[in-house]
Amino acid sequence: MSALPWTNPARVAALEAALAERILVIDGAMGTMLQGYKLDEDGYRGERFARGHEGTHAHGHGPSCDHDVKGNNDLLTLTQPEIIRAVHTAYLDAGADLVETNTFNSTTISQADYHLEHLVPELNREGARLARECCDAAEAGTPGKPRFVIGVLGPTSRTASISPDVNNPGFRNVDFDTLAAAYAQAAHALMQGGADTLMVETVFDTLNAKAALFAIEQAFDTLGARVPVMISGTITDLSGRTLSGQTTEAFYYSLRHARPLSVGLNCALGATELRTHVDALARVAECHVSTHPNAGLPNAFGEYDETPEHMATIIAEFARSGWVNLVGGCCGTTPAHIAAIAAAVRGVAPRRLPKLVESAA
Amino acid sequence: MNRRYTRLSGLEPLVITPELNFINVGERTNVTGSAAFKKLIKEDRYDEAVEVARQQVANGAQILDVNMDEGLLDAEAAMVRFLSLIAAEPDIARIPVMVDSSKWSVIEAGLKCLQGKGVVNSISLKEGEEAFLEQARKVLRYGAATVVMAFDEQGQADSVERRLEICARSYKLLTEKIGFPPEDIIFDSNVFPIATGIEEHANNAVNFIEAAKQLKKRFPDSHVSGGVSNVSFSFRGNNAVREAIHSVFLFHAIRAGMDIGIVNAGAMPIYDDLDPELRERVEDVVLNRRGDATERLMQIAERFRKGAREEDNGSALAWRDFAVGKRLEYALVHGIDQFVVEDTEQARTTVTRTLDVIEGPLMDGMNVVGDLFGAGKMFLPQVVKSARVMKKAVAHLLPFMEEEKKKSGDIGKSNGKIVMATVKGDVHDIGKNIVGVVLACNNFDVVDLGVMVPAQKILDAARAEHADMIGVSGLITPSLEEMAHVAKEMKRQNFTIPLLIGGATTSRAHTALKIEPNYETACVWVKDASRAVGVAQSLVSKELVDDFLAKVRADYAEVRERHRNRGPTKRLVTLDAARANASNLDWSNYTPPAPRKPGVTVFDDIPLSELLPVIDWTPFFQTWELAGHYPALLEDKIVGAQATELFDDAEKILKKIVAEKWLRAKAVIGFWPAARDGDDIALSDSGKTVMLHHLRQQADKPAERPNLCLSDFIAPKDSGVQDWVGGFAVTAGLGIEEHLDRFQKQNDDYSAIILKALADRLAEALAEYMHRRVRREFWGFAPDEALDNEALIAETYRGIRPAPGYPACPDHTEKTTLFRLLEATKNVGIELTEGFSMYPAAAVSGWYFSHPNSQYFVVGKLTRDQVEDYARRKGWSLQEAERWLSANLDYDPD
Repeated sequence: MSALPWTNPARVAALEAALAERILVIDGAMGTMLQGYKLDEDGYRGERFARGHEGTHAHGHGPSCDHDVKGNNDLLTLTQPEIIRAVHTAYLDAGADLVETNTFNSTTISQADYHLEHLVPELNREGARLARECCDAAEAGTPGKPRFVIGVLGPTSRTASISPDVNNPGFRNVDFDTLAAAYAQAAHALMQGGADTLMVETVFDTLNAKAALFAIEQAFDTLGARVPVMISGTITDLSGRTLSGQTTEAFYYSLRHARPLSVGLNCALGATELRTHVDALARVAECHVSTHPNAGLPNAFGEYDETPEHMATIIAEFARSGWVNLVGGCCGTTPAHIAAIAAAVRGVAPRRLPKLVESAA
Repeated sequence: MNRRYTRLSGLEPLVITPELNFINVGERTNVTGSAAFKKLIKEDRYDEAVEVARQQVANGAQILDVNMDEGLLDAEAAMVRFLSLIAAEPDIARIPVMVDSSKWSVIEAGLKCLQGKGVVNSISLKEGEEAFLEQARKVLRYGAATVVMAFDEQGQADSVERRLEICARSYKLLTEKIGFPPEDIIFDSNVFPIATGIEEHANNAVNFIEAAKQLKKRFPDSHVSGGVSNVSFSFRGNNAVREAIHSVFLFHAIRAGMDIGIVNAGAMPIYDDLDPELRERVEDVVLNRRGDATERLMQIAERFRKGAREEDNGSALAWRDFAVGKRLEYALVHGIDQFVVEDTEQARTTVTRTLDVIEGPLMDGMNVVGDLFGAGKMFLPQVVKSARVMKKAVAHLLPFMEEEKKKSGDIGKSNGKIVMATVKGDVHDIGKNIVGVVLACNNFDVVDLGVMVPAQKILDAARAEHADMIGVSGLITPSLEEMAHVAKEMKRQNFTIPLLIGGATTSRAHTALKIEPNYETACVWVKDASRAVGVAQSLVSKELVDDFLAKVRADYAEVRERHRNRGPTKRLVTLDAARANASNLDWSNYTPPAPRKPGVTVFDDIPLSELLPVIDWTPFFQTWELAGHYPALLEDKIVGAQATELFDDAEKILKKIVAEKWLRAKAVIGFWPAARDGDDIALSDSGKTVMLHHLRQQADKPAERPNLCLSDFIAPKDSGVQDWVGGFAVTAGLGIEEHLDRFQKQNDDYSAIILKALADRLAEALAEYMHRRVRREFWGFAPDEALDNEALIAETYRGIRPAPGYPACPDHTEKTTLFRLLEATKNVGIELTEGFSMYPAAAVSGWYFSHPNSQYFVVGKLTRDQVEDYARRKGWSLQEAERWLSANLDYDPD
């Protein structure tokens, strides 16, 4: 919709050329990999926040500051950059064409849980920069196979179209303007850090996503340039709807005004359960279609245990059905999954974009 | 294939395709239009206000207009609160919202509450270009469509010219300056009141309608809308007349091109149902047909109020003196439902368990029916009539059984359960319903999912219901593909229950070759309804099932074997060779007739009585599996008596259909200049070229017998001869639902099936009737033609009317082009399903060819070179072409 130029036309051209030629592979889960490092509170704080605050920052985190930051995975971009680099690199080595930045919760709304709102621009900028570094290194190692950074904008923990209070259906814990302001800040910083695309992902409330897309346009205006936008929604249960109640088609129609590079589905369900919905999306979408499902549904311990081979078999079937342009993994997936998926879709033709027929009336 | 359709959404999608004809926007949640709603909002009674929205949706609103513009209200806060509340109601939130306000800040506040793609109402050039474009840019960013008012810096448009001028300027600015999608533009070119007594207002409706026509023509991807209730403003207080005015106004405006309207979705009488006198006088006013139109409408306005009607009953006979059990048996065998409830009640009082009535006299009676049917002494129509009696009896007993069940926990036993459906994309269900009834009266539990049912829904229902088998049916060729898909999915999802295949286009060969290999577990083709019981019983019987399936499998394997070994039974030639053997008509000595009335003509209400003499009854009897030709069939030794009885029942219903106007018959025809272009026909529709795609026979034929293609009957471009092609779409099924519902409620499948079959016959008759008039009057190349009905059915006249999807032009998707040329959905109310089946099902459409040598033929099998060529011409991928032409492929696609 924006008439602004691309920030980096050559990279967009390379991405579009790759999409025209093959099915591209997105990386797998960041969180699953980080769990393996079993970091404690000190590990999360690293040197920079070892004393509970950083000396340079003027706000209220004094020596007595004791908000725990354990579990704030996005903070590791600043405190354990080597770990994040290692995860990105593992996925790139497994064959990923695109890696997602470690910024799922890098908005003021999500960082408020840790009282770290002030770090948001840095988290996004550094998140993008780290991923960029890893991609550049991988690209140097495998010339002819360009690697791309997806700047991730997560859903936040709030819902703009659902009331958290069953007795007060008209109540909302966040509104469009608050979301848009938070997303604009994050999108701006991701672009500054060198993200090739922006992805509004794990969308469970479409109104949140609309605010994100609105904010992205604002960020484009501010920077005077744009990057391709990707969208990925989440079907939250077997009823086949998003958490906010939309069908897959309605979800797409609500967001296609952003003229995205791709639209897809990720998380919540495994590939098997996503099948009909990816099919539905592939039927209506004018843009590329992506999917990065979980490694199956969680087992009794809340773990994901679908094997790489099994998941790859199902995704390969999507590919052969002509439904997808980008595939990858979400919760529970590892470089082994991504390697299996990459191998399974190799040589399978990507979904062709539908042709627009002009009205003859 | 993708068109510029408007795609809106609430929780569910709303894609505005031409087939939808007209989108109702619910207007009652508007404080400026509804005093009641305003009161609720002002008094803070939001719970009740939400109910108003719910009613609008229940009454058929497809978009919900919400307006809070009231001087004493904080409109922004009220808008946000109301939209947040309805967002929590899934049955309301499923449709898109139209955020309606004269204040931009209120619109923006509303847009921030919509997760779906809504509509802004409205923006305009009132404040100049800059403000207009700024707001439009925002609309784009919020992801909404918008209404554009015909309003500019000079004021509101009231003439046709001003409307066009402002709308065209708005369109140009929106699409060229900011890339606004044309399909997201909805013009509101101002509905103004008529019959106000002021001379200048008399032409208000006429001007709106004319503007609508021109706007739709110039901007086919955009929409034309308006607030309908404005037009009748001068009849405030007389709702009957207001509604009549709305109905007449919409009737004409929609035909002209209006496709969205803000209406009271609950109060919209059908144009044809209006009192003829009222309708005429309203029409005089709406169309400004006479100077005294307003006075004449006022004269009768007070008289109009609604009334009601009742139905009558028959008489009793000697069998009424039998004992109650015998009476029930008699009623079942003879299909008499008149006394069944009182007899059933009497039987119930003589037993200890209500179930004993069913398992005793009723089942005894049904066993007699089953025996007679099995012995060929009873025929399908009687069985269906018997089932009607049975259903009514059971319906009477059910509440008592429920009561007893609560006490004892006892439940009746059934033979087995079958989940049945007409597959996705297909609306034909007469055959399926007959099978359902026959199975039900043989004590099978039938779960009928209706028509156009997606595969997954069928499978889910089968799982949920613990069905013993699945039955799928379909009439049109794309349904074959869908059935193969159902089979594939059953295998993929590890089903083990049998799949039954039925319907007119299905066959043993197709099932063996294309369906069974996808689901080897158990896949059985059922030839007709009379075989259904035998097949179903074999499948549920532990003793029979293995042998039965083994036999079926062996049979299908043999069919496949023969198919493999047969080689190409009919040798096919390449497309080039077939083209070289095209029929070359001599155009130098022939002048194609020019139609007397080119362009599109609509026939709005064709009296059914004119169709009666043209009805071809033979297929009616075929529906009921009574073989033979009408009228000889009525005298047939074996089925004659039954055929006569069925014919009598059908005639009775047919009389009512005609006398009480149960069905409306409409037709649209059109003629366009056309020239052959290869195997295609290029026709010219108001200066635009539209391609009709056709296929050529590829059978290896002797030189004197050409490889035909329909385009052969049209003069080629370079012949220098001006030729023409025609098209038509007719239906006799409008209004059928109400009567089907009534029969269904009365558990009267017999009458329901007769009604559907008659509607089909009437539609066919209408096609024949129109074709005759086309030959004699509208195209007029055979003005003196005089043929009797038999000659008509034998098609001895000049010219043909082949239908897309049938042998001479087997591609169903060409109906889209035909429908667009004729505007068939708008003009006669026939919709196309995604599988290109027509709804109402009682509809016929096709092309007209006039050349004396034009003839029907079968395209038959196609080789890959023609399919590839056809795909290229259609703008399809090869896979798409193979999908739509699957029944014609001579090869197995990759």
